[in-house]
Amino acid sequence: MFSFFYNSNIFIWIEKLLNFINSIFFVLLVAALSFALIFSPPDYLQGDSVRIMYVHVPAAWIGLASFTSIAILSILNFIFKIKNLILITKSIAPIGFMFTCLAIITGAIWGQPTWGTYWAWDARITSMVVLAIFYFIFIMIHKLISEGEKANRISSFVAIIGLINIPIIKFSVNWWSTLHQPASIKISGESSIHSSMLMPLLLMFFVMILYCALIFLMKYKTEIIRIKKKNLNRL
Amino acid sequence: MLQKKVKKRASLLAVILTASVLSIFLILNSLNKNILYFKSPTEIKNSQDVDFNKKLRVGGMVKKDTLKINEEEIKFIITDFKNEIKVSFRGTVPNLFSEGRGVVAEGKLQDKKFFIADRILAKHDENYMPPELKKIMKEDAK
Repeated sequence: MFSFFYNSNIFIWIEKLLNFINSIFFVLLVAALSFALIFSPPDYLQGDSVRIMYVHVPAAWIGLASFTSIAILSILNFIFKIKNLILITKSIAPIGFMFTCLAIITGAIWGQPTWGTYWAWDARITSMVVLAIFYFIFIMIHKLISEGEKANRISSFVAIIGLINIPIIKFSVNWWSTLHQPASIKISGESSIHSSMLMPLLLMFFVMILYCALIFLMKYKTEIIRIKKKNLNRL
Repeated sequence: MLQKKVKKRASLLAVILTASVLSIFLILNSLNKNILYFKSPTEIKNSQDVDFNKKLRVGGMVKKDTLKINEEEIKFIITDFKNEIKVSFRGTVPNLFSEGRGVVAEGKLQDKKFFIADRILAKHDENYMPPELKKIMKEDAK
């Protein structure tokens, strides 16, 4: 059923993909950054501090998406017991953690000039901190519990419980009164962000996804090597 | 088709998930008042047990043509288009604070209609656009 994941040919595919992404990544990064920082217009209210959004929003999306995929893979692993899925979740977790922290930090930097405060314990920000804590627990379980099977079981459990937090983050701005503004980009209906700002935002998102793929593939490769050479614990 | 073990694990997972979703829902439901970052003037008007010694936050729009700034204090009215609260504040306000925009004031209620703030936060809405476009929109509105 999931024979692709067992295939050791996957190693060759990773190499090819890594080379491909490496060849286009820096060109796209420079293009996206120049659009976000130079060519896009300032906001009518926030002025140039709107440019923080081009990092903040994609980082938050990636933080959420990574945890969702970790949780879904954990569920699949729990039901079907496919070992490779654990390797994938282990490789995604540090990326998601980094981007969640990035979203929180850039949000704080943006909050000072716009709201007038770095920090507010409103529902959106607090639930994002909870997400970061879940990531941290997930990573620490794999670091601290040396017994592989036990670590896998506990970490999948944490990921599945943490999945409940994801819709809370997403809808916190609609359910409760928060300082954080509601989403500008809606799945249905018109976005309340002008196209001259939406374009660099999506471009930055694409570049950051590529960066995630790079880090993920490298990490996944190390995890496979580590499995292949059982006695090798650290690289 | 599926193995018996697989079915068993799937149903166990379903039970755990429903139980935790339910418990989280109950927790959030009971915490509902505390999750709100600020109260609207209507919520304050309707609440029975307002603690005048406790700090709270009031949020809404700064009513147009009510912002008065003199050397000692800044006065304005927070409105949610149904009810209003007068606010008095001493200190600096964020750049985005102005008439007709969202605001969150932190401080103490004197009575249900008067609020002394010791911190003002500006609430930003979800609209992003370049300044030229805003100009065009304003001219269209005229």
